[in-house]
Amino acid sequence: MTTKEDLLLKLKTIITPYVQNQEGLENLNEGTDFIKDLEINSANLVDVVLDVEDEFDIEIDNEAMEKMLTVKASIEVIEGKLAAK
Amino acid sequence: MIRKDIIEKLPYAKPFLFVDEILELNDNHIVGSYTFLKDEYFYEGHFKDNPITPGVILTECMAQIGMACFGIHLLRDAWDQEQWSVAMTSSEVNFYKPVFPGEKVIVKAEKVYFRFNKLKCNVVMYNTKEIIVAKGVVAGIAFQNKNES
Repeated sequence: MTTKEDLLLKLKTIITPYVQNQEGLENLNEGTDFIKDLEINSANLVDVVLDVEDEFDIEIDNEAMEKMLTVKASIEVIEGKLAAK
Repeated sequence: MIRKDIIEKLPYAKPFLFVDEILELNDNHIVGSYTFLKDEYFYEGHFKDNPITPGVILTECMAQIGMACFGIHLLRDAWDQEQWSVAMTSSEVNFYKPVFPGEKVIVKAEKVYFRFNKLKCNVVMYNTKEIIVAKGVVAGIAFQNKNES
């Protein structure tokens, strides 16, 4: 079972190469918004989702992808998909 | 020529349309060609008295075939120029041979992935001697215009 701390750490590793705002990355928390706080562009948001799929061996559909705009929402989506496996 | 309809759906026009023909097309790859005109506008300045096709134009040609044409095919009937826009989101291309005025190039693109309307491809450009002119990875995204949603 993956703990929330593990999950957050893995997510941080995934998003790091796509982040434009380093200060936002240093202050990463559940409320962090990928576009507003980290300045990840929409094309790289797709890469984040694809990397999440590989890391956790899950499949993200369009509906889930549209939700994954914040750390909190992403963790919820990942936890939901992991639980459904 | 196959799929003339796709070329007609492209959001580009002369002097910035760099696709003549689509030669092969399926869900995994596309092959297309373009013959640079002897009097393309950029030869006037690139370079002074020494016309050579700029690398950015070769990249654009690779993207118009490997991203735009291929993407319109992958989007199926959803594509509509009124409601959709395209943007190149990244490119990493190495150049090996110059392309002179009047030269024909063939572009082959292999899909890496097409997810959430983002297309990423390995793209190679050849000249008519089948020598590699340019090679790289190009990605682009299609998005619906906000005023339509």
